[in-house]
Amino acid sequence: MTDTGSFQPVLLEAVGVENGHSIDNYRSRGGYAPLEKLLAEKQPAEVVEMVKSSGLRGRGGAGFMTGVKWTFLPKDHPGPIYLCVNADESEPGTFNNRILMEDDPHQILEGTIISAYATRASTAYIYLRYEYPQSWNSLQAAIDEAYAAGYLGKNIKGSGFSLDIYLHRGAAAYICGEETGLIESLEGKRAWPRIKPPFPAIEGAFRKPTVVNNIETLACVAQIARRGVDWFRSIGIPADPNNPRDPGSYGPKLYCLSGHVEKPGCYEAQLGITARDLIDQFGGGVWKGRRAKAVIPGGISMGLMTEDELDTPLDFAGPGKVGCLGLGTAAVVVVDETVSIVDFLHNSCRFFAHESCGQCTPCREGTSWSLRMLERIRAGKGRLKDLDLLAEIGSTMGMMPGSTICGLADGAAWPIKNAIAKFRDEFEQYIKESNPTGYMETDPVPALPIVTAH
Amino acid sequence: MIANRKVLTDDMVARIEALAPRYPTKQALTLPALHIVHDELRHVPLDAVVEIARLLDLAPAEVQDTLTFYQFFHQEKPHGKVRAFVCRSISCALRGGEQVLDHLCEKAGIKPGETTGDGALTVEPAECLGACDFAPCMLAGDDLHKDLTPEKAEAFLDSVRGRTS
Repeated sequence: MTDTGSFQPVLLEAVGVENGHSIDNYRSRGGYAPLEKLLAEKQPAEVVEMVKSSGLRGRGGAGFMTGVKWTFLPKDHPGPIYLCVNADESEPGTFNNRILMEDDPHQILEGTIISAYATRASTAYIYLRYEYPQSWNSLQAAIDEAYAAGYLGKNIKGSGFSLDIYLHRGAAAYICGEETGLIESLEGKRAWPRIKPPFPAIEGAFRKPTVVNNIETLACVAQIARRGVDWFRSIGIPADPNNPRDPGSYGPKLYCLSGHVEKPGCYEAQLGITARDLIDQFGGGVWKGRRAKAVIPGGISMGLMTEDELDTPLDFAGPGKVGCLGLGTAAVVVVDETVSIVDFLHNSCRFFAHESCGQCTPCREGTSWSLRMLERIRAGKGRLKDLDLLAEIGSTMGMMPGSTICGLADGAAWPIKNAIAKFRDEFEQYIKESNPTGYMETDPVPALPIVTAH
Repeated sequence: MIANRKVLTDDMVARIEALAPRYPTKQALTLPALHIVHDELRHVPLDAVVEIARLLDLAPAEVQDTLTFYQFFHQEKPHGKVRAFVCRSISCALRGGEQVLDHLCEKAGIKPGETTGDGALTVEPAECLGACDFAPCMLAGDDLHKDLTPEKAEAFLDSVRGRTS
């Protein structure tokens, strides 16, 4: 059982608080004072060092060290430098950014202003997905309040530092969460991810140095400024001393719990809580007294854990140890024992076939073929050979096999790989029972038309 | 001012131009401009694409390329007075989202993606709406409909019909 100790939520401290979204309430909780102190006392390089030494890793999915990312910006660049705030939260199962933006927008803004100061950015664009109209209203009201209070605009609190923050509205495309897809979209184009290098820190938005950070990451920056590096490092899982490449998993984390649990919701815990404790202690257990069949550890693209693997700690390193892609967005989705794994994988494949941007052939074709095969299996025309074909698609599309520009295809591949590796018996049984005369067929067969994709 | 505009009103042009100081390029105004037109007309007809392109010093093909990439924008004809996105991604699907979508469409007499004959309602399947704590859910206009059931979806349909009849 995870020791929750004296852990107190901080990122979610405004949830359920009356007028928690207002600037007065935020200041009464200690907000913006750290920003003023930091602007008066610290140089940007010292702020970068503060975030670097905290060990903060990006909360958007990749888990890259935030402070280290900032150091990739060119030194003494004449500017402009841009900060893009990634609020295109679209990973299935994930909703913590929405809650942060709706309930505590000033925490986001303070984190954004501190990060812009550290990176010497003069403009920050918050790329907000279309699907969050309440977040838009809440953030815009907070931005207006922050301008009126002198935390945004020219010469903030006499520091000589100036910053404008603008909201930019997306148009329903998962790929805009990929940082260079986001930049292309911001520039007014289709959101095709860019080939890297150059990385955005060197050449990003409008061909200028750019940092892209996630909403929850910025909330963590605000809390580090308020509570200190030592506080942040006292939470979570320390770096493995035997692995010099492990940066550890420090700080609080927002876990989104959904699917077949009694109490779905966004819960704050120390990094490293196990999936089982999260489900039992926060989620009230699997719903209807049932058992979990599988659990997504961090958004659908991270793959699947089986019931036997639920004691896996949900830190940055944990899910990878049981064959998942990683911690991702820490969106935990519980699938109960009544669900067919075929239906689960069909849903996953449909999502990625729909959201592949179409730029790289292995992803465009691989996501579409995998969906077509799942359609065929569900139509009672599956063959055992289809499982090998699916596994082949799963292991050949993506950045890791080196066949695509961005990680979307890896995210599409992992549920396929995990589902077939961990539930192969169920797939085989389903195929044999639903196609008793044809399951051994190995010759090519025509694809069925996709009936449910669009 | 651009002469001979057929679709973009002076007000739309003024709202687009007001955003120009926020961005270092005119092309970055493409999505904001498409949204401004779409918000009012519930679609972005080809004539509007040409006019946006002229306003932003772009080729019409560049604007059209961007428009067609994003699921959000309708072009051929306007979507219904109410546009409802029903989530079908995993957290909602596990709690009955697809049944809600099917039920709503059946009662409305349309297929997913279509608009009712009276133009009152368009129902579209959506990928994750980011409200999995309220699964299954639906976004209609700015309103998030939480913890849906087929019955609640039907009540929603009645309210839409009542609003427009």
